[in-house]
Amino acid sequence: MTADRNMKTPLKLVRGSGASKTGTDHFWQQRATAVANLPLMLFMVGFVVAHLGASRAEVVASVKHPIVAILLIMGLASAFWHMRLGLQVVIEDYLHSHLRKFAALALNIAFATAMFAVAAYSILKMGFAS
Amino acid sequence: MAQSSRPERPLSPHLQIYKPMLSMMMSIMHRITGVALYFGSILIVWWLAAAAHSDGYFDLVQAFFGHWFGRLILFGFSWALIHHALGGIRHFVWDLGRGFKLPVVEWMVRANLIGSAVLTVLLWVIAYGVKP
Repeated sequence: MTADRNMKTPLKLVRGSGASKTGTDHFWQQRATAVANLPLMLFMVGFVVAHLGASRAEVVASVKHPIVAILLIMGLASAFWHMRLGLQVVIEDYLHSHLRKFAALALNIAFATAMFAVAAYSILKMGFAS
Repeated sequence: MAQSSRPERPLSPHLQIYKPMLSMMMSIMHRITGVALYFGSILIVWWLAAAAHSDGYFDLVQAFFGHWFGRLILFGFSWALIHHALGGIRHFVWDLGRGFKLPVVEWMVRANLIGSAVLTVLLWVIAYGVKP
């Protein structure tokens, strides 16, 4: 293998790597977003519960508070990133054909990004509405 | 040849080989709730987009979530969220290298199940207290 033609030690070749060549990044990002999700989702659930059956004007008034808007956007960013990482693992576990796997991985990123874009745009639109 | 005399046996042990245990079921539930939340996120995005769109459309979405069917979906969504969050805490304990003794694993698994049920009911009691 390549190790024979390389001056690097076997440890050097695998350090910080893995099958994905990204090492433990995925694992760490999954945990970091998981920790962030705990308080942020608590806030999100509280926001939704506080606006059950509310009128649009009431929701807009709440989102106009900068801290509310910022916490909601942070929560969405953390949750959608966590979701993207999580479904990636599920896809890698169950889809083995290269074409299907890469199509699913691309769709996963597209879905999570689009969902975040729509949600963040909606919050900003309400927050900045005059 | 060796192929014809080869006994029928699975290539590698998979799920059906193991006796179903609560901890294993909860691991599967963690993944199922995660995937459910993935698609359930459409609900919150729909709700926020409706609020940004117009009074009429938002009232329609609010009416949907006020209907018993919409409430049922939200109830399931909230349970999945709480169950997955508690499962995540369980995984944090394991990530810290603790809680691997079987009685502790069993205890945490049961706490996850009971905790998610209790907290979901509590959340809805609070929700109905806020807005009947």
